[in-house]
Amino acid sequence: MDYFNLETLWFGLIAVLWVGYFFLEGFDFGVGILLPVVSEDDTDRRVVINTIGPVWDGNEVWLLVAGGATFAAFPEWYATLFSGFYLPLFLILVALIIRGVAFEFRSKHDHPSWRRTWDLAIVVGSAIPAVLWGVAFANIVRGVPIDADFEYTGTFFTLLNPYALLGGLTTLLLFTLHGAVYLTLKTDGDVRVRSRKVAMNLALPAAFSLVVFLMWTFVNALDSDDTGVVPGVVPVAAMALAFVVGWLLETRQEGWAFIVSGAVIALTVTTLFLNLYPRVMPSSTDPEFSLTVFNASSTSTTLTLMTVVALIFTPIVLIYQSWSYYVFRHRIDRDSVSGPRTPIQLIADRYGPATTTRSTSDVGGDQGGAEPGP
Amino acid sequence: MDPLTLARWQFGTTTIYHFLFVPLTIGLALVVAIMQTMWHRTDNPTYLRMTKFWGKLLLINFALGVVTGIVQEFQFGMNWSDYSRFVGDIFGAPLAMEGLIAFFLESTFLGLWIFGWDRLPRRMHLASIWMVAIGTTISAAFILAANSWMQHPVGFTINEELGRAELTSFVAVLTNPTLLIHFPHTIFSALVTAGVVVVAVSGWHLLRRNEVDLFHRSMKIGLAFVFVAGVLVAFTGHTQAQVMTDQQPMKMAAAEALWDTEQPAGFSIFAVGDREGGRNSFNLVVPNLLSVLSTNSLDGEVRGINDIQAEYEATFGPGNYIPNVGVVYWSFRIMVGSGFALILLSGIGLWLMFSNRLVESRWFLRLTLPALALPFLANSTGWLLTEMGRQPWVVHGVLLTEDGVSPSVGGLYVLITLVGFTLLYGVLAVADVWLMRKYAIAGPTEETTPEAVGAAFTY
Repeated sequence: MDYFNLETLWFGLIAVLWVGYFFLEGFDFGVGILLPVVSEDDTDRRVVINTIGPVWDGNEVWLLVAGGATFAAFPEWYATLFSGFYLPLFLILVALIIRGVAFEFRSKHDHPSWRRTWDLAIVVGSAIPAVLWGVAFANIVRGVPIDADFEYTGTFFTLLNPYALLGGLTTLLLFTLHGAVYLTLKTDGDVRVRSRKVAMNLALPAAFSLVVFLMWTFVNALDSDDTGVVPGVVPVAAMALAFVVGWLLETRQEGWAFIVSGAVIALTVTTLFLNLYPRVMPSSTDPEFSLTVFNASSTSTTLTLMTVVALIFTPIVLIYQSWSYYVFRHRIDRDSVSGPRTPIQLIADRYGPATTTRSTSDVGGDQGGAEPGP
Repeated sequence: MDPLTLARWQFGTTTIYHFLFVPLTIGLALVVAIMQTMWHRTDNPTYLRMTKFWGKLLLINFALGVVTGIVQEFQFGMNWSDYSRFVGDIFGAPLAMEGLIAFFLESTFLGLWIFGWDRLPRRMHLASIWMVAIGTTISAAFILAANSWMQHPVGFTINEELGRAELTSFVAVLTNPTLLIHFPHTIFSALVTAGVVVVAVSGWHLLRRNEVDLFHRSMKIGLAFVFVAGVLVAFTGHTQAQVMTDQQPMKMAAAEALWDTEQPAGFSIFAVGDREGGRNSFNLVVPNLLSVLSTNSLDGEVRGINDIQAEYEATFGPGNYIPNVGVVYWSFRIMVGSGFALILLSGIGLWLMFSNRLVESRWFLRLTLPALALPFLANSTGWLLTEMGRQPWVVHGVLLTEDGVSPSVGGLYVLITLVGFTLLYGVLAVADVWLMRKYAIAGPTEETTPEAVGAAFTY
């Protein structure tokens, strides 16, 4: 097969966009899901939310660009996928809406029931897409009923098959783990201690779920008249690295733990895309009806135009988005969300008993320090 | 349950709702950027407090604009899959570029602006809010390029074999005359919208003698925005109507309830239509005015609905090519009426301001709050005119709306999502208006250092 064509390039670029989206919003979702788990009071919850405050919106744009790029480069893929996976996408939209609004609205009114409501929106709004994106991608790879007109002929319940549900469980666990590791890396104090504990508890279940899911994907690929690219070492690396996250946390290499939990997500998504190529929406009705990068694509005029635009603007975006992560590289603790200390608080900090319940047991660097016990 | 009707209701509902927030975001981002620039230049803490006060309202509004925008991108594929298959080669590119070039810019720099008060050098922090303002404007340019192509498709050919439109010239798409007039009209309307919000909130506080200095300065900026941008909206709108008379004569004939071709044509002030009979049963007319507006001459010919219908039947085959005349006619009048009312109001306000009587003119300050409804009414009716006036086409002269709907999505599914979005949007509207009101009434707070402002902005 000839890989040197615009269709394959755009398949690759869209895969990169999804990898970026799941790497970035993966930890966003995890942070949202863990909001009630790792916090004990409102200040803790503010610590948790502020770790993703400056970046969650930019992370979500990866999804919008992935969607837009699919529309532009593969209109048939966009049309079949979005009209076919109708209700799951509706649920994802509702979730992303309440979640995004919640981040902004929560802090704008200081009342327990107002904040509880938006906290619930953050948890539910993060958990639903974390599950449903896995369900959706598992279904894409597995193949769904598609007729000769490229129309989806299944129902909502067609999408809820065991393999896809395992896919949903796997992304839920991977994203939650990724979020827990991110919180360990980005916070200080009790929230950091609790997040680390959650991450260590999640590491093995996430790894096992991933192994079963990828093995099942492998068996499916053997079963079908699979024309996909053999992903080779990629899924093997994903599975192996999934078991390393726990050890890295154990040895307090939090930065590495975050890179590896992100790499597991990236390698998993890459496996799925390699498995797909050159198809983009395999038809379970008849392989003849499968959408491929060639029969679903735009004209070479449009693909060339999009390539030029992507070549110019992608580096610029990557530079300023990375810079924004650099600006907000600091750990966040209870003090940093409480605003500048008043003189009275400063005196109390110095001479009086602690004014907050902040733990002082875990203020060491990334490595070393006492083991607080799992 | 007809999926087509439900899908159209869904598009109308979600789009009008989305566009309640978008113009305010575009305009207010610029207002806040200007205020912060004034603080940067003068070091006057009042401008910092203004930046924070109006910035808070910007952020509350921004959130809903962002999240409802995701629905917009998804629903082309969800409800209009045949439309997406047909136009994707052309229509998808501006959408993808909007994400890559505009959304990344505005979201990343908004994060830097909200959370960067004590992390960024002052100059860099100021640049961030300007990046947000620029990002929102670029975003408008791309999405209007896509919409303008639906109004007046250019730079494409039809591939009969694949049954789709294919791009031949993206330059033609970006220099579409429809876009070149659509874009300034929309951006100036956004500036009017933000200006009116600033004027109304400032008026409310000035009536109560709260923070007179701060709200007097805000009022000055707001009035200038409304008046200058309002006049530009009127001029661009006039040109736009002439362009539309040329490109979509049916839309403009419907907007004037002009059933038969007239020479010279009069401008209708108030008409009661008889759609079955293809005529007006009552019509109050200013003689010759429509000829002047449409053709720049006293006795120019303006074509009527019945004649255009006959012409379209000859060109495109039998069918009904007449949009909903009542909606289009009244949308046009409400939009134009609201616009002129705002120009008049801001003109009076500026005159009072220059003669130093603004704060004492309580009658004027009382007028500012009810005026708050006008820009939102004008923005919504403007889109009703644009989109409903184009019916029955989704791409004018190329694709009918009924041929664009998703064939695989049943009426029940569309109904579920229509009801779902409507309920959700309703609840969010209540929360949003309540929060906006709370912060608008509470007025500016005491923070006078950027660090303190930053602490008040974190989540």
